[in-house]
Amino acid sequence: MAKSKESKKVGAVMVVGGGVAGMQASLDLADAGYYVHLVDKSPAIGGIMAQLDKTFPTNDCAMCIISPKLVEVGRHLNINMITNTEVEGLEGEAGNFTAKLINHPRYIDLEKCTACGECSRACPATAVNEFNERLDLREATYMTYPQAMPRGFVIDRSICVGCGLCEKVCLAEAINYDDKPRQTEMEVGAVILAPGNGVFDPSRFETYNYMDLPNVVTSLEFERILSASGPYQGHLMRPYDREEPQKIAWLQCVGSRDINHCDNSYCSAVCCMYAIKEAVIAKEHAHGELDTAIFFMDMRTYGKDFELYYNRAKEEGVRFIRSRIHSIEPEGECDLLLSYVDDQGELQSEVFEMVVLSVGFEVGEEIIELSKRLGIELNQHNFALTDTSTPVTTSRPGVYVCGTLQGPKDIPQSVMEASGAAAASSALLNEVRWTETKIKELPEQRDISEEEPRVGVFVCNCGINIGGIVDVPAVREYARTLPNVVHVEDNLFTCSQDTQVSMAEVIKEKSINRMVVAACTPHTHEDLFRETLLEVGLNKYLFEMANIRNQDSWVHMSDPEKATAKAKDLVRMSVARAALLEPLEERMIEIKQRGLVIGGGVAGLNAVLNLAQQGFEVVLVEKEKELGGLARHLHRTIDGLDVQKYMNNLIEEVQTNEHIQVLTEALVVGFSGAKGNFTTEVLVGPGMYERKIDHGVTIIATGAVEHKPNEYLYSEDDRVMTQLDLGNFLHENSKEAAKWQRVVMIQCVGSRNEDNPNCSRVCCQGAVKHALELKELNPDMEVIILYRDMRMYGLLEDYYQEARSKGILFFRYSADQPPQASRNGDGLQVTFTDQVLNRPVQMSADALVLGSATMAADTEELASLLKLPRNRDGFFLEAHAKLRPVECSSEAIYLCGTAHAPKLMSESIAQALAAASKAGSFLAAEELRVGGAVAVVDPERCAACLVCVMSCPYGVPRINEDNVSEINPALCQGCGVCVSECPGNTIHLGHCEDDQISANLHALLEGVI
Amino acid sequence: MRLRYPTNIKIIKVPCSGRVAIIHMLKALEEGADGVIVAGCLEGDCHYQSGNLRAKKRVIYVQEVLEKIGMEAERVAMYNLSAGDGPRFAEIAREMTEKVKELGPSPIKNAKKLASKKSKVEVAA
Repeated sequence: MAKSKESKKVGAVMVVGGGVAGMQASLDLADAGYYVHLVDKSPAIGGIMAQLDKTFPTNDCAMCIISPKLVEVGRHLNINMITNTEVEGLEGEAGNFTAKLINHPRYIDLEKCTACGECSRACPATAVNEFNERLDLREATYMTYPQAMPRGFVIDRSICVGCGLCEKVCLAEAINYDDKPRQTEMEVGAVILAPGNGVFDPSRFETYNYMDLPNVVTSLEFERILSASGPYQGHLMRPYDREEPQKIAWLQCVGSRDINHCDNSYCSAVCCMYAIKEAVIAKEHAHGELDTAIFFMDMRTYGKDFELYYNRAKEEGVRFIRSRIHSIEPEGECDLLLSYVDDQGELQSEVFEMVVLSVGFEVGEEIIELSKRLGIELNQHNFALTDTSTPVTTSRPGVYVCGTLQGPKDIPQSVMEASGAAAASSALLNEVRWTETKIKELPEQRDISEEEPRVGVFVCNCGINIGGIVDVPAVREYARTLPNVVHVEDNLFTCSQDTQVSMAEVIKEKSINRMVVAACTPHTHEDLFRETLLEVGLNKYLFEMANIRNQDSWVHMSDPEKATAKAKDLVRMSVARAALLEPLEERMIEIKQRGLVIGGGVAGLNAVLNLAQQGFEVVLVEKEKELGGLARHLHRTIDGLDVQKYMNNLIEEVQTNEHIQVLTEALVVGFSGAKGNFTTEVLVGPGMYERKIDHGVTIIATGAVEHKPNEYLYSEDDRVMTQLDLGNFLHENSKEAAKWQRVVMIQCVGSRNEDNPNCSRVCCQGAVKHALELKELNPDMEVIILYRDMRMYGLLEDYYQEARSKGILFFRYSADQPPQASRNGDGLQVTFTDQVLNRPVQMSADALVLGSATMAADTEELASLLKLPRNRDGFFLEAHAKLRPVECSSEAIYLCGTAHAPKLMSESIAQALAAASKAGSFLAAEELRVGGAVAVVDPERCAACLVCVMSCPYGVPRINEDNVSEINPALCQGCGVCVSECPGNTIHLGHCEDDQISANLHALLEGVI
Repeated sequence: MRLRYPTNIKIIKVPCSGRVAIIHMLKALEEGADGVIVAGCLEGDCHYQSGNLRAKKRVIYVQEVLEKIGMEAERVAMYNLSAGDGPRFAEIAREMTEKVKELGPSPIKNAKKLASKKSKVEVAA
């Protein structure tokens, strides 16, 4: 990594927008050695995801999975969170920009605010709570949501009456009514735009009566209704009378796929899935039977394992009705009447108690203005203009984009693009990596092995959060009587900056070697106090926290006496455990500065090239003779990219890059080592000579294959072909194709069936792409597409619309009545049941084209060598479907392209960049911290019984050369399962030893018997 | 969320419910706890992949041991809940407290004629 002094580039990046995409981009870049300014216009980061209740398709609680990210961003030494701030302008060029910001006043000093919440409780003014989608009220002095980051309050001066009550109750003296807007400037090398998007405002739909009917809500309002921290505390209630509804309808495509009421012709890409999720979760919340009905046009469950989710919802009784509802009429006191035409053509009317409008994404005025100020071009729908081959690059060099400003998309896709945008920035700024970042210098750790335990106890009042309920002085005096305690004090706020300073002094002065803080919760504050220990030269594991707020004063408010007694119990328990705490060693091991990418298709090539542009050496292993993978058989993308030209350039760039070594006809036959230090054995070339490659990270990009159909006369009749075959035919024989009079296409061949239940995502657009091409060749040609649902998600909808306007005919068939292909003499005939006429239609065809499934490549051997799990379809499994879409369950192994799931070329490229970003961040650290709270085997006593080997959920323990079990500290996750299973009691878990747990129990139950 | 639950619930933090060994549960009872809750992630959703299933097996084993020695097996219980589900935690805390109250003080304490002491419930999470 050359660090050129002459370079004018700046090693810092500005990320605009702190939603899930902005947070991910910030974390990737900060880990990769760039200083990040994360700018958000609201008082807290988190974006729209923080408002969601659960997330599809795993039904994970959104807050549970986003909150660790919030904390990580908040704590990162190299992320500077700038909230309440807007970007006014951007001058300069790629590598060296000057950003102009306007910082709006918060009226509460974040440096001083401890988030105790007294100000908000004292505040007499209330306003509509935007976070809860206007379903309830909040105070003028407020925190956006309980887990908000930065952890601090804000005053909404537009409704503040200036009574001064909050100032009076704020013991931290954080209130500043005279706060003023400020203009600031900063230098950055690159900019990532992740401002997110608004949702469509349905009040524009007069016939839906959203403004007048209280039980008509938007999907986002419904998320808040379902949320445990929402306006109804997670109880399923309708707004009108707070009664539990028994019948709820969802109306799809509200503000999407609509050029009648609005100009949003695109599909919003997420609403089908979230509506299913909401229906399923609502059923879980309901106390009785809940009738749920989703009114839709095409069910677009196109993502990884989405179809399974859809099928499950059907089994659980969610009704799916294919109809677009025209209007919502009031019925009775507060019920709602929907009329529709069913599959049989009959007019139906149904009364619902609640209607949820599945509102789509819409780029708001504010974002359009922001884009203008930053000088980036937008497309016809006001999403940022990007190309298929550069999906995260805007029209302005050095400015990248991710998330829903790039186009409508779900969370995993946003997260991938965020990492992709980070990778693109890192490739631009590689030469100035680590030039703007901060490093914490720490003193050497004091050896305490010869010392007796000397425990210091700090009891926090947390303003009045603890002190108002628990008798803190009594707890403090009680702590003084406990064994090994040499110092006791109580603080107004133990976490405040001045307390950290005085704490450090007293630790030195009284030679304290174990610290107990009785306060809020280790979840948010453990790291802060551990940091204080490190700063005075003590090992961070010599710290223990007694949770006397979240697990005591807050939950036992009505019984101060018992709460005080419990606080004493908890402090006694912590002091007993603290005396037994041991310093744990963490050591640094070097990371091999090389990447290995397996698979040389469009994803692998992009991953390799970006890693090389980031300055790392990379080896690309491809099993075929030629690079290019499946993309070698593609000629044009739907938006007109010449794929072969693009691939030739890409391959040339890869082959001529000095950091890249390409091995073709290379087969992976061995894989060993751990994150940071892998060794892969490869057999190369026709001679099968063996190569061993040492590398620190691995990227899997093994691709997918097209399913070879065994139905519809495929391989019996030359006129029957797959979409891939048709693409080749059009490329080679377009004159022949132009002579065709009628072409029939059949969708979902080999997918969405029993053998392969998932949707292949790309076949609908493949059919439309070729249909349009055929129409161009011969406008008189009749092109017929037989489909089940047209899954033209996101901006692809434009092409679906274009196809219909050009006269391409779409007929829907149902899964239980698939079309038939037959030969009649020389003729080729297709028969299908028309859903409108409800009778069979027969027609001849010059060509029958099958939208054949995308199947996982054969990776069984590779998966077993690398010990990587795959899903039932054979696609590699990511670490988390939502927030870790490119990481494998084993660390430092990443995943991209169709090896993960079927996807478009642009999506593969974004994911390839994301994998390269993760790999680059990992390598950039150069060293890896191992050890700490991990399991260690005592070799003297190990009987090699294999219980640990079998019980470890990660397969880490192995029997070594000395015939005893060995646990690699770099791989151990520290769960302690093996420790508790080991029959010989020979495995220890650092920081959670048996004697420490026993001490907890003993102290807690002291005096009971 | 500050949901109320009885004060007799005291929590001992472990990295994973899979760290809770048979000996820990038995020791808690031996020292005089009236009940033990092992709280793990939802099944299939374990933060450490499968530790909660190990814990479940051990809880069942301890329950069998209790029955054999003539103690009520319900004094030890495994609960599965997501870390974000505060209301469920409060519910479990109340449920277990009620159950233990019904059972009365642990016979181990009775044996030592100290039945007057307050009930205590341990939680490992």
